[in-house]
Amino acid sequence: MKRTLSVLVENRPGVLTRVAGLFSRRGYNIDSLAVGRTENPSISRMTIVVDGDEQIIEQVCKQLNKLIDVIKLSDITDDPHVGRELMLIKVNAEPAVRGEIMQIVDIFRARIVDIARNSLIIEATGDADKIDALENALRPFGIREVVRTGKIAMLRGAKTKGMEASGDGTGD
Amino acid sequence: MDTVFGIPGGAVLPLYHELAVSGLRHILTRHEQAAAHAAEGYARATGKPGVCIATSGPGATNLVTGIANAYMDSIPIVAITGQVGVAMIGRDSFQEADITGITMPITKANYLVKNIRDLAATIHEAFYVATTGRPGPVLIDIPKDVTTQRAAFQYPPKLRLPGYRSRVEPHVLQVAQAAAAIQAAARPLLFVGGGVITSGAHEEVRQLAEEQDIPVVISMMGKGAFPENHPLFVGMVGMHGTVAANYAVCETDLIIGVGVRFDDRVTGKIEAFAPQAKIIHIDIDAAEIGKVVPAHIPIVADARQALQAILAKLPERKEHPEWRQRIWRWQEENPLRYDECGLKPQYVIEELYRLTEGRAIISTDVGQHQMWAVQYYPVERPRSFLSSCGLGTMGFGVPAAMGAAVARPGETVVAITGDGSFQMNIQELATLRHYNIPVKIILLNNGYLGMVRQWQEFFFERRYAYSELGGNPDFVKVAEAYRLPARRVASREEVVPALQEALETEGPFLVEFLIDREENVFPMVPPGGTLNKMVTGGRQQ
Repeated sequence: MKRTLSVLVENRPGVLTRVAGLFSRRGYNIDSLAVGRTENPSISRMTIVVDGDEQIIEQVCKQLNKLIDVIKLSDITDDPHVGRELMLIKVNAEPAVRGEIMQIVDIFRARIVDIARNSLIIEATGDADKIDALENALRPFGIREVVRTGKIAMLRGAKTKGMEASGDGTGD
Repeated sequence: MDTVFGIPGGAVLPLYHELAVSGLRHILTRHEQAAAHAAEGYARATGKPGVCIATSGPGATNLVTGIANAYMDSIPIVAITGQVGVAMIGRDSFQEADITGITMPITKANYLVKNIRDLAATIHEAFYVATTGRPGPVLIDIPKDVTTQRAAFQYPPKLRLPGYRSRVEPHVLQVAQAAAAIQAAARPLLFVGGGVITSGAHEEVRQLAEEQDIPVVISMMGKGAFPENHPLFVGMVGMHGTVAANYAVCETDLIIGVGVRFDDRVTGKIEAFAPQAKIIHIDIDAAEIGKVVPAHIPIVADARQALQAILAKLPERKEHPEWRQRIWRWQEENPLRYDECGLKPQYVIEELYRLTEGRAIISTDVGQHQMWAVQYYPVERPRSFLSSCGLGTMGFGVPAAMGAAVARPGETVVAITGDGSFQMNIQELATLRHYNIPVKIILLNNGYLGMVRQWQEFFFERRYAYSELGGNPDFVKVAEAYRLPARRVASREEVVPALQEALETEGPFLVEFLIDREENVFPMVPPGGTLNKMVTGGRQQ
C-alpha cells in the first residue's frame, strides 16, 4: 500500500539526512522523496511516498513526528489532491523516427526541450501512471537517461496543509 | 546542574580555559566514554541533566557509546564536543569527525554551532529538549574558532520549536476507557517502567495498585518505581524475570503498561505475550504505542498526569483476592533460589542488601551480575538502581556509580560489576582516587564473560568459544596500584566482614569475590521463547 505524506520541516542543514536516515535505520521503504522550500523560506516541504502495511505507515508517521525538525505531517493519500512528478528523458532519435517520437510527445502533452543530432530530451509532468506510460512508449527507441523528481503533491481546493503547528511553539 | 565530566583536547582548549574559572565542578575522567556514562549516572540518580565534554575527533567518537546508551534508556544528557575550526570542516582536518552525522540516529537532537551568535540560544534549546517530553541525549558540536569569538551575551530569546511537543495531556475519552477497563478487569496487572521514574509517577502507581488491588510487575528500567517489599510487588518480567511475574503476564486479562516500551527482553515471543490481556499503554512518546504490541487503549501522555486522571475516575476501592492469592501461590512455590554451597554471587548481593538495609544506590554493569543484582537487591526508592538496560553496555557500572556519587554526596553508592565489564572502564579507578569519590566496587569474578558462557552452555553445546577471560590481572593489586584499598574474598565466611570493611572505609573501595565459576542466572526464558516456559534451575542437559 503506497501512501503519500506531506511533511513540513524546518529548513535547516541536516534535515533531509535526518528524515532519510530514519527510513533506512528503521527499515522502511521510501518510494520517493521530493523536497523544496515553501512560501516561507525557513520552512521546506517534503513529499514522501512510502510503501508498507497499516502498522508500518503508522510507525513511519509517529517516528517522523518525533523528529524535532518536523513541524507538521499529513497523510494526504485519501484527500483529493493534485500529485505530479517531473521527468526528463533522453531518447535515441535518428532523423527517421523523430516524427513518430514527436507524435508520442504530443499525445502525452509532454515537451521536447533539447535536440541533438541523434537524441532528444523530453520533459513531462504528470502523475506516476502517466510518466510510466510515457517512459514505456519511448522505450523502443532506446532510452539513454531518465531523471525523475519523485512525487510532489498539493491538496485540491482552498484547503492547505499549512503552518499551524501543534508543538511547543515558543517554549519557555 | 553543578558538575560536568570530560577530558580536554585541542578543539576545546578555549572552552576549558574558561571552564577552569567558571565555578562549575569538572571531573576529569580517564576515558570519554566514562565521562558520558558518568553524566548518565548523574542524570539517572537525580533527574537533572548530566553534562559531558570531549574534544573533536576521537574524543567525540569515544562519547558515542554513552550517548547511545542514554538514548536507549531515555536519559537526559547534554554532550558538548569541540570541532575543528569552521573553515577546516570537511577537509579531513586533524582530529576531525562528523560527530553530528555520527550521532544523528542516537540523539534526540544535535547541533553544529557555526556562529557565536547562535551559541547561547542553542545551549538553551539543547537543555530544554534533553530534559522535556521523553528525555534523551542532545549533542552540541562547537568549532574551535566559535569558542574564541566574542559576542555580547543576551539572554536567549524564546525558543522556537514549532515541531516539538513536550507537554502532552491525556485524552479524556481514553482516560475514561482506561478507568472502565480497570474496573471491569478480573485479573489486572500493572506493568511499570522507566517512564514512571522519569515523570515521578511512583506515588500514583502505588496509589493505583493499593486502591484497586492490582499486582505490579516491572521492567528493569522500572526498578525503583514500586517498592519491592510491597505485598503487591510481583517482580521483574521477562527473560530473567521471576516465575510469578512471567506467569502473571501470561494469565492477566488487563495490562496497564506505564512508561514501558515492551522491549524484546520483556515480551519474549511477541505473539504469545499476554495472550488473554487487553492492553492499556501509557507513554509520552506516541511512537512507542503500537510499536511492539498493539494497545487496545493508548494514552499518549506524561505518566503522572495520566495516572492522576485515571485515579480521579476510579472512586471505589476494589479487591481481586483470588487473583492476588494465585500470584502469591506462584511466588511461594517459585522463590528465587540458589545452591548455597561455595561462594555464590547471590549470597554476596543478599548480604550487601542486608548490610546496607536496602538503602544504597546500586549501579550495575552488564551480564550475569546485573541480573543477580536485579533479583537479590530489592530497591524501595526511585533513582536508586542504575543500569544499562536497553543498550546493555559493559563498562557502564563504575563510571555511572561515579556520576551518582558526585550527584548525591552522603549516600552509599555501590557498583556491582563483573570481571569482564569492569575491565572495559577499569582506568576510572584513577578518577575515583583522584577525587576521592566514595564508590564501593563489588567485583564478582568468575573468570568468564559469564552471560556469554551461560548462553554457550545452553544454546551452543557448551562450546565456550572465547568467553573465558584468560589473563585477568590480580584485581586487588590493580586497585592498590591506583591507591585504592581492596580486598579479595574466596570463601563464604569472609563475605560479611569484607563488605563491612568496604562500607565502613571512607572513599572508594574494591572487593573482589571469587565466585563459583559456572553459576547461572535463573529463571531464564530462552530468547524468542514464551514467558510461561522458563528454565528454573539446574544444568540443562
